[in-house]
Amino acid sequence: MTSTNHPAAPVPFLAPGMIYLILFMALPVGLLAFYTFFKRGRFGGIVFEFTLDNWVKLLEPLYVSVILQSIVLAGIVTLLALLIGYPMAYAIAGLSPKWRTVALVAVVLPFWTNFLIRTYAWILLLNNAGWVNQWLQGLGITDAPISMLYTPQAIVVGLLYMYLPLMVLPLYASLQQLDPSLREAATNLGATPWRAFRTITLPLSIPGALTGCIFVFVPAMSNFVIPELIGGGKTIMVGNLVRDQFFEARDWPFGATLALLLTILLVIVIVVQTAVSRRLTEGPRRG
Amino acid sequence: MTTTRRIAAAAAGTIALAFAVSSCSSGGGAAETLDPNADLSEQTLTVSIWADYSPEDLAEKFEAETGVKTTIVNHTTNEDIVAKLTASADSGIDVAFVSGQYAQALGEQGLLAELDKSLIPNEKNLYPEAMELAYDPGNVYSEPYAWGTTGLCYRPDLTGYDPTSWNDLLNPKPELVGKTTMLSTDRWLAEPALKAAGASINTTDDDELAAAKEQLLKTKPTLLAYDDTTFYSKLVSGEAAMVQAWDGWCNYGIAEDPSIKFVVPEEGSDLWTDTMTVLESSKNKEAAMAFINYILDPEVQTWVAENILYKVPNKAAMEALDPALIEQYPTLGITVDELMEQEGIIDLGEDSLKYVDLNAEVLATN
Repeated sequence: MTSTNHPAAPVPFLAPGMIYLILFMALPVGLLAFYTFFKRGRFGGIVFEFTLDNWVKLLEPLYVSVILQSIVLAGIVTLLALLIGYPMAYAIAGLSPKWRTVALVAVVLPFWTNFLIRTYAWILLLNNAGWVNQWLQGLGITDAPISMLYTPQAIVVGLLYMYLPLMVLPLYASLQQLDPSLREAATNLGATPWRAFRTITLPLSIPGALTGCIFVFVPAMSNFVIPELIGGGKTIMVGNLVRDQFFEARDWPFGATLALLLTILLVIVIVVQTAVSRRLTEGPRRG
Repeated sequence: MTTTRRIAAAAAGTIALAFAVSSCSSGGGAAETLDPNADLSEQTLTVSIWADYSPEDLAEKFEAETGVKTTIVNHTTNEDIVAKLTASADSGIDVAFVSGQYAQALGEQGLLAELDKSLIPNEKNLYPEAMELAYDPGNVYSEPYAWGTTGLCYRPDLTGYDPTSWNDLLNPKPELVGKTTMLSTDRWLAEPALKAAGASINTTDDDELAAAKEQLLKTKPTLLAYDDTTFYSKLVSGEAAMVQAWDGWCNYGIAEDPSIKFVVPEEGSDLWTDTMTVLESSKNKEAAMAFINYILDPEVQTWVAENILYKVPNKAAMEALDPALIEQYPTLGITVDELMEQEGIIDLGEDSLKYVDLNAEVLATN
């Protein structure tokens, strides 16, 4: 019979990927999980004394509230990115091939500059003595500077700016792949453009939208630079907590616990996303 | 020829390392006898220091003077270097620059070598006060590199008055609300509230810390931001009118806007010190001592004062400073007596976690 059924046949092809996954994924996450059950060393590192304190500490209202706040902020950012990114991706998919390339390059362009520099540019523009406030006052539109930075809203705007391209690209990919004949058929059968969009385009683009949501939600949730620079350090997210546990508190076990919790939360989100998109593309499983 | 020698040297190094590992660092701390006549040109030296905190040609100059092959590596924070030093028995680093309280903690853990003062004659250049600092009296494990204090850095044209107290920052006048920043790191977040209440900056008293937390939470809504890195730019741009600042960093603002002023609040402040230490695990202790001796030669520390704009505990170096520079950057003129009135930051061992928790609670509360 054919050799493709031999259970060992795929091994040579899978091995490099598996080794990569084990080395750079399973081992670090395993180490993280291991650290969460031990005590803090005075200078970082761990002391090999078993404890559950790190997990208990997570339940303190302070940490629960930071985690919830991060979920809310990242959720708002994701929703806004979807609302802004969808029409953008839709419009780009409808362009001629030449302009499509131009538009896509424009979307990706910010990624070619270091994000710290881009963040400082925002600060330069938006601070109380910044250019935007100077222009507004110079043009007589406002009398006093408007505070635009160092608030939770500013964090949302900063994160949205940073991750919007990650929403646009997967959405564009799924919209661009849609077979135009499906829409044509719907139109021929008398559907209005809105109805054709609602019944054909929108459902078929949901997997792309979900991918985009993951791409935005995951890094937004763990970002710590934007809350510090654009948020003025007054609102912190779970990423700041993780960073501070390692660099300030030298509490590796608790930092590991927070990081692992973040990983678990994000894995759950991804599993849900995968399940939903499979259901949508393959239809509900039967029998 | 050179290749074989290099291989031989590498092999010798490996064997030495193997011995060192097998002998498992026989209890740190105790002074071992160093050979004052050791041939330094056979030793190599790895020095870890904060980036941009020493002359660029330091390694070459030291090498030219002593023949010690010297490599300088950088760390970004105390936490960073301490993690490197404690991660393995031998980090490969001979001399580490850390802040005083970290030198104290490392010394207590037996990770630092006692300094052999017979190899560091330039210690005589230090102010006598710099030999009696709280984190390491007598400079047993460390020699000070630079020192300073924390206070209020402000723009008189924006504040409209000269602040004198931590309360000017903690409970700002209505017109300054939204125009001040505070440090958020380590022990400096709690400092204004502790000092304003007359408490020690090294307090571990739960009531005093709770009162400080309450004050800090009251102050939080009045702040423009917490800022540990760019506070002086916020002053220069006019975003902020008054910021909690390390004296040396205030100078970076003064460099751009000479109207900026610095004041040590009347309730007192901290005395921070950055120090040089020799690792117990170093195989090149003679060279390491020679390096520290070289730094204490006024030339290098004069460079620090002139270029980093930090005060140095080196009397000879400070006396050699151009008076015009002190006039331009008044914080350089803060006298040793004034500095000694401030409270030295010391390591608090496990109690330092109280400050970690306080910081997290203040920063995370909306």
